[in-house]
Amino acid sequence: MTPLLLGVRHHGPGSARAVRAALEAAAPAAVLIEGPPEGDALLPLAADEQMRPPVALLAHAADDPGKAAFWPLAEFSPEWVAIRWALANGAAVRFIDLPAAHSLALTGEAGPGPEDASEETPDVRVDPIAVLAGAAGYDDPERWWEDVVELRGARPVPGASADGAAGEPDPFAPFAALAEAMAALRETYGHGGHDRDLVREAFMRLQLRAAKKEFGDEGVAVVCGAWHVPALMTATTVAADKAVLKGLPKVRTDMTWVPWTHRRLARRSGYGAGIDSPGWYGHLFGALDRPVERWMTKVARLFRDEDRMVSSAHVIEAVRLAETLAVMRGRPLAGLTETVDAVRAVMCDGSDVPLDLVRDRLIVGDVLGEVPDTAPAVPLQRDLARQQRSLRLKPEALERELDLDLRKDTDAAKSRLLHRLRLLAVGWGEPATGRGSTGTFRESWRLRWEPELSVKIAEAGVWGTTVLSAATAKAEAQAGSATALAEVTALAEQCLLAELPDALPVVMKALADRAALDADVSHLAQALPALARSLRYGDVRATDTAALGEVAAGLAERICVGLPPACAGLDADGADEMRGHVDGVHAAVGLLPDAEGIGERWRSVLRKLSGRDSVPGVIRGRAARLLLDEGHLEEDEAARLMALALSPGTEPAAAAAWIEGFVGGASGGGLLLVHDERLLGLVDSWLTGVSAEAFTDVLPLLRRTFSAYEPGVRRTLGELVRRGRGTAAAQTRTDAGIPGFGSGLDTARADAVLPVLGLLLGIDDNELNNLAGVAG
Amino acid sequence: MTVSETVAKAGNEALRPHAEDAFADELKALAAADDRPRPVNWRLSPWAVATYLLGGTLPDGTVITPKYVGPRRIVEVAVTTLATDRALLLLGVPGTAKTWVSEHLSAAVSGDSTLLVQGTAGTPEEAIRYGWNYAQLLAHGPSRDALVPSPVMRAMSEGMTARVEELTRIPADVQDTLITILSEKTLPVPELGQEVQAVRGFNLIATANDRDRGVNDLSSALRRRFNTVVLPLPLTPEAEVDIVSRRVDQMGRSLDLPAAPEGLEEIRRVVTVFRELRDGVSTDGRTKIKSPSGTLSTAEAISVVTGGLALAAHFGDGVLRPGDVAAGILGAVVRDPAADRVVWQEYLETVVREREGWKDFYRACREVSA
Repeated sequence: MTPLLLGVRHHGPGSARAVRAALEAAAPAAVLIEGPPEGDALLPLAADEQMRPPVALLAHAADDPGKAAFWPLAEFSPEWVAIRWALANGAAVRFIDLPAAHSLALTGEAGPGPEDASEETPDVRVDPIAVLAGAAGYDDPERWWEDVVELRGARPVPGASADGAAGEPDPFAPFAALAEAMAALRETYGHGGHDRDLVREAFMRLQLRAAKKEFGDEGVAVVCGAWHVPALMTATTVAADKAVLKGLPKVRTDMTWVPWTHRRLARRSGYGAGIDSPGWYGHLFGALDRPVERWMTKVARLFRDEDRMVSSAHVIEAVRLAETLAVMRGRPLAGLTETVDAVRAVMCDGSDVPLDLVRDRLIVGDVLGEVPDTAPAVPLQRDLARQQRSLRLKPEALERELDLDLRKDTDAAKSRLLHRLRLLAVGWGEPATGRGSTGTFRESWRLRWEPELSVKIAEAGVWGTTVLSAATAKAEAQAGSATALAEVTALAEQCLLAELPDALPVVMKALADRAALDADVSHLAQALPALARSLRYGDVRATDTAALGEVAAGLAERICVGLPPACAGLDADGADEMRGHVDGVHAAVGLLPDAEGIGERWRSVLRKLSGRDSVPGVIRGRAARLLLDEGHLEEDEAARLMALALSPGTEPAAAAAWIEGFVGGASGGGLLLVHDERLLGLVDSWLTGVSAEAFTDVLPLLRRTFSAYEPGVRRTLGELVRRGRGTAAAQTRTDAGIPGFGSGLDTARADAVLPVLGLLLGIDDNELNNLAGVAG
Repeated sequence: MTVSETVAKAGNEALRPHAEDAFADELKALAAADDRPRPVNWRLSPWAVATYLLGGTLPDGTVITPKYVGPRRIVEVAVTTLATDRALLLLGVPGTAKTWVSEHLSAAVSGDSTLLVQGTAGTPEEAIRYGWNYAQLLAHGPSRDALVPSPVMRAMSEGMTARVEELTRIPADVQDTLITILSEKTLPVPELGQEVQAVRGFNLIATANDRDRGVNDLSSALRRRFNTVVLPLPLTPEAEVDIVSRRVDQMGRSLDLPAAPEGLEEIRRVVTVFRELRDGVSTDGRTKIKSPSGTLSTAEAISVVTGGLALAAHFGDGVLRPGDVAAGILGAVVRDPAADRVVWQEYLETVVREREGWKDFYRACREVSA
């Protein structure tokens, strides 16, 4: 008699149920499970009270925590059921797959990670389930497996109860049938394109042989992927198996249990555990009877908690619809597709929106596993310790300041580490304001290591095995969950600071998406300066910022489209705020690479703003000024705009606002008036024309505008105005000397400066004379 | 009765024959091949009804043409609903074949698609319950003979499928007369002290447009009596281009517009623009896009293209060019002058401008939106 070979589908609740029944019937002395043998020492922890699935066995190379593999186990995983059964019934339990020491070493050479190979039914080239399903006339392999294996026994099928009268169904029959089917498949497809499987199966056979020697043929049960069962049945010689295993590369590995989540079991999270409805499977496994009825009740309860009216009548109808659908589709029992269809039609009014809630909360589910404290340390901690050593950055309880010069490699690495830890909510270092240096290559930190931080690191272990991978994973998750645009921009900045190149595309995508859907231009305008800043940081740190530049350009584009309509109909406060945005965007656009002609588009927006009546004066004035400063507005045109804004037909308050926008603030507006007599004349004649009542209204605005000037500028302006327009206009611009200086150029004194200037510029007399000639 | 007799007689010459007449052969072949259990008073089993709608080949070689091109799931849920005692509500934007599906469903289930109530703002209670033949009523007093049954009443007494078109256009109080019919499965006639009880096999298919404004929303009591199936817009761009060009071709012929074979590219473009704005994401899935307030249904795409064709035929060189459709698209997209204009311009600048081969279209759109 051969040992009991239980072929399963990883994470299949039906398989788990069948395994339990088979183990109970056979009561083997030893249970062998597909998994890395290094985990044997950790197996007793599975019986620990604090252990709560979903959990994962984590193997990582001892000196490179980034090289890691996971074996996730949920409550409904057949492997987990077998482990728990063995521990509860005093049977020996062992892992028999290829040691992680080899599989991790092999990972470096071959492409796919070990978790792909061990956890999924091989589907890269040949998917055995798909072949079987195709033979049975199913187009969806998952559904076939569900119908044939998983849904059996979930509820007594009418036909099956007749069998039950004849006697208990044979708990081994399904495994025998499955093994036969798989044997037929492997005869046709060989190893199905998975060379690694041959090595793994050779090792499993050796382990099986050793166990048989110890416990006898009948005392051993094996729980492994159905695909491997035929290979374990074939008779090979020990020598042949050993030959296959010869010369495998090896690395030193460490193992531990880590908590897992249903979300990561789901296929879309990229961990390849191979199921996209862990919540549904968990329900199938946990429900005592009437799974569909219980499921619909769960759905109804969820909807009620979310304030969606769902009555018991809805539940009844949904169950009936699901079951009728199953009959029509020729399925033994309503499966996930039927229940989803029924919930959509009966409870959601045909809409997919409430259905997403069900998908998120129930079908995938929010279950988080727990691991006992006695489990070995997470690799993240070791990775951190390693980095701390190599960077000479000791964790000290005493607070201290750290100044970093990012141009040095070690300092840049320290900064990256601290930024990454901050992203992981491990607040070891807090950025401090530097010693007055505004250069982008300096950074100051305040460091302080608190004991709680160790706990934080253990928590952060969920995100990854190294500081880098954990920070990347966390940043990606945050990008997905962030709601406000500003949050994502901040995150992008953090990603650049922490140098997470892998997270950046995800964050950028999130940023672009949020920007596309955000209808409020001021949000966009707030986000752009930070992005432009990030672009410059990126330059300092030599990171690739092409994607960032693209997103920033897209953002600027949207602002160009949305800004003019957003500027209409603003009140005074809104106008002031928007003027700030215009300034911010203008500065940011100047920092962007101008490949897309974004500068020109922005200028056309400014031109539009400066000439549109419905735009508040302060913004119009500001737009005109920005154009003038950049040399894109002729002075004549500026004077025309000003005359227009200050013409008698305009409300005095609006005109004052225009002046504030045009020459207000500490941006050198006063000097502009000093140098351009014409503009000053316009302001002067407007001001003298303002009626007495209106003057009181505009005074505060004017005061705000002019009081911001430097004292010297104010005085000069005053003197210019006192001198009167006539005299000023009579003089040419160069001759209109600043008070205290004579009018015209004193060439003799100017010539005296030339030799020194030549020294400073490093050019000889001839060139200097040429230059002087040009200037003269 | 007299109505359906006339129809039967006119069956061959009718401008548009009923589904059960046009596809009588297919229905007959299906009934012959169908060995699955049929609900009481159904002509076919649910499986056969689904096959009738989705198409297929029977064991005897008869080819069943697909009546509805779309997700199989939707048809299955719809048919299954009719087999339970809940009524079926088909929702969707205009042009998603709601009426078409409802007609074929009732033809396949009951063999009669004529038990129809057309919902309008003026639909009276009599159209759903019953009316009176006043000559009879005055001459002989209230009796069953003086009663004029509505299509719904007839469907109840004969165990057939009744249809209500545009349910949400019917005033709310009239809608609610359906509640008793759907929950108690009976229609009381208090004037006679009688009632008409629904025979097994009775069910009701209603259609409604879920994007129209100013309609009468269903009361939650009525809504609860329906299983809702939303008919989606065409799944793939190819399918939609196909629908649009086929319909444009038909309409063009009736409007005597010259055919424009080169126009396919423009049609593809219109469909792409509509789909992208509707779905809120660009075709390559890389850029998100704001959606305007209009429905942008396939039906609207058809009218944009027809309008463009008319422009090209009467004022252009007969070939559909970007300029001919640009104005039509602008009109379809910008329904709300403030918000939609920003949406449209953003779309132009962020998606259209960069796209290979769309330069002319971009320029044409800039021209009309300026």
